[in-house]
Amino acid sequence: MKIAVCLKRVPDTTAKIVVGGDGKSIDENGVKFVPNPYDEYALEAAIALKEKAGAGETVVVALGTDAAQETIRTALAMGIDRGVLLQSPGSADGFEVAKAIAGELKGQGYDLILFGKMAVDDYNHQVGVMVAELLELPCVSAVSALTVEGGALTAEREIEGGVEQLACQLPAVVTADKGINTPRLPSLKGIMAAKKKPLETKPVSLGAGSITVTSLALPPERQAGKIVGEGPDAVPALVQLLRTEAKVI
Amino acid sequence: MATILAVTEQRGGALRKVSLEVISAARALADQLGATVDAVVLSNGSVDGAANLGAAGADQVLAAHHETFGLYNPDGYATTIASIGGSYTAIVFAASAMGRDLAPRVAARLGTGCATDVTGLGVEGGKVTATRPVYAGKAIQKITLGGSPAVVSIRPNTFPVTSGAGKAGTAGTVAVPAFTPRVTVKGVKAPEQAALDVTEAPIVVSGGRGLKEPGNFKLLEDLAAAFGSAAVGASRAVVDAGWREHGAQVGQTGKTVAPTLYVAVGISGAIQHLAGMRTSKVIVAINKDKDAPIFKVADYGIVGDLFEVVPRLTDEVKKLRAE
Ligand SMILES: Cc1cc2nc3c(=O)[nH]c(=O)nc-3n(C[C@H](O)[C@H](O)[C@H](O)COP(=O)(O)OP(=O)(O)OC[C@H]3O[C@@H](n4cnc5c(N)ncnc54)[C@H](O)[C@@H]3O)c2cc1C
Ligand SMILES: Nc1ncnc2c1ncn2[C@@H]1O[C@H](COP(=O)(O)O)[C@@H](O)[C@H]1O
Repeated sequence: MKIAVCLKRVPDTTAKIVVGGDGKSIDENGVKFVPNPYDEYALEAAIALKEKAGAGETVVVALGTDAAQETIRTALAMGIDRGVLLQSPGSADGFEVAKAIAGELKGQGYDLILFGKMAVDDYNHQVGVMVAELLELPCVSAVSALTVEGGALTAEREIEGGVEQLACQLPAVVTADKGINTPRLPSLKGIMAAKKKPLETKPVSLGAGSITVTSLALPPERQAGKIVGEGPDAVPALVQLLRTEAKVI
Repeated sequence: MATILAVTEQRGGALRKVSLEVISAARALADQLGATVDAVVLSNGSVDGAANLGAAGADQVLAAHHETFGLYNPDGYATTIASIGGSYTAIVFAASAMGRDLAPRVAARLGTGCATDVTGLGVEGGKVTATRPVYAGKAIQKITLGGSPAVVSIRPNTFPVTSGAGKAGTAGTVAVPAFTPRVTVKGVKAPEQAALDVTEAPIVVSGGRGLKEPGNFKLLEDLAAAFGSAAVGASRAVVDAGWREHGAQVGQTGKTVAPTLYVAVGISGAIQHLAGMRTSKVIVAINKDKDAPIFKVADYGIVGDLFEVVPRLTDEVKKLRAE
């Protein structure tokens, strides 16, 4: 099994967001960056599948600035064999990112290409599916359960009010959702080993794309609400407010 | 003349409610662009509710029939929409499980970008613009879509359903091109209890670690039942503990919900939880800790023991609804 995992470096989910001087992106000062949480599921799936097969190769591909090397090292420390950094500042247009990643993966003989279902910074929810389309590979997105066997895969994905069950042949693209597995933490031995694993760097240039960010702003503060009261005695007043003031019941 | 394509959804031969939101969003966009709206319905037979799409704002309703289109068919649906999509000014999907999978497929096939999960749509200088929450809702991005077509998916429960001109809408068909079904949907497993999905319910009652043990979620199920069409959600803490199913998790690594009313019970209001529910229209928090961060985003709060407050609330809601 030869497996690729696409990994994005993103701000930690608890990071405080401050709009940068350009008014279009965040101020990265003091922001801690982490591997995209959904990509950790993809990394875990790749490592576990290789372990089960007993042979093969796992490769992590990240598109980003040099800072993403650290993110790649985290993946290598978890157990991925080697890394590729596509050097580029990235793009708001997921299709441009998808084209660059597809270019790297094309014709490399991957049996499985794994993504997170979405990046928690841009919430684009699209790059994996687009890469599959560009490579003309079958794709199952937002997978919460995955079985790979005998050159085919079966997967489950949550849909509104149910679980969709899907199947396809390999090679294929899968984007991972929560539920698929529990990502391992890098071991001390893994962290040491990661330092010696190969990490290749290739500059890529992305097209302008069709989507342009014109501004980034903080959401309107929610009016700090009112405490209606304490304990069960406050309930009638709450119900009254929901009916007459908020008009939601 | 410019035309906008609204991609509807059916399940089991019935139109899903989010389809009306898609048509309404497409209609509003069309009115700004001086465009008309085509609604496409993919199915394997007649679809309940499709006849009302004209009244909801579609000028033309296109049926795309295929024997395998009873369930979502990723390759078949994408091939069909991409085959007609190139001639539209914009294509509007729902950011539902289906739309999140389908919209980027169609955009890639048409060689253009895709704006997912948008919460606002507009037109500036003849171009489609959109707003979308990013960084877990901690920031709002405004974008311009220069592509042709402009491909967007709209966040469910965000765009109001308006009734259109009330016309019948002319009927047309789309020929389904030959396609290779690389991925097959073998079936849809229904959840153990047939329940409303948290992303679609107009009211969501969510519980957290404050519930103490899984059996106590009965209190929230009773409250949801009292409200009528309500779903029960959960914080990650209780999903990870195995008290509730993954599908119920609200937040950064769970579902994003935007109901009219969100009731957070025994949930502290961690930033990752807020990410999934802060765009709800009205938020109510019930928590015994007056300093819990959830109160900072709640419109109405009750400080108290949920085991006393929730049963009382259920009773009061029942009384109100019996009136
Ligand atoms: C990468 C990442 C992603 C995450 N994604 C999510 C996500 O998608 N969704 C999510 O929810 N979390 C997510 N989390 C976890 C999040 O940080 C919190 O840990 C979690 O939301 C806490 O759940 P909780 O509010 O149920 O529990 P707690 O924080 O333990 O809060 C319990 C609350 O119940 C109250 N309480 C206790 N007893 C009573 C009583 N008798 N009556 C009334 N109130 C009572 C307490 O005052 C307290 O406020 C994520 C974390 C990380 C790091
Ligand atoms: N810059 C990037 N480098 C590597 N992988 C990426 C990048 N951007 C997105 N991805 C992958 O695509 C998935 C979906 O991202 P997005 O469509 O941006 O939400 C992520 O979970 C990653 O697996």
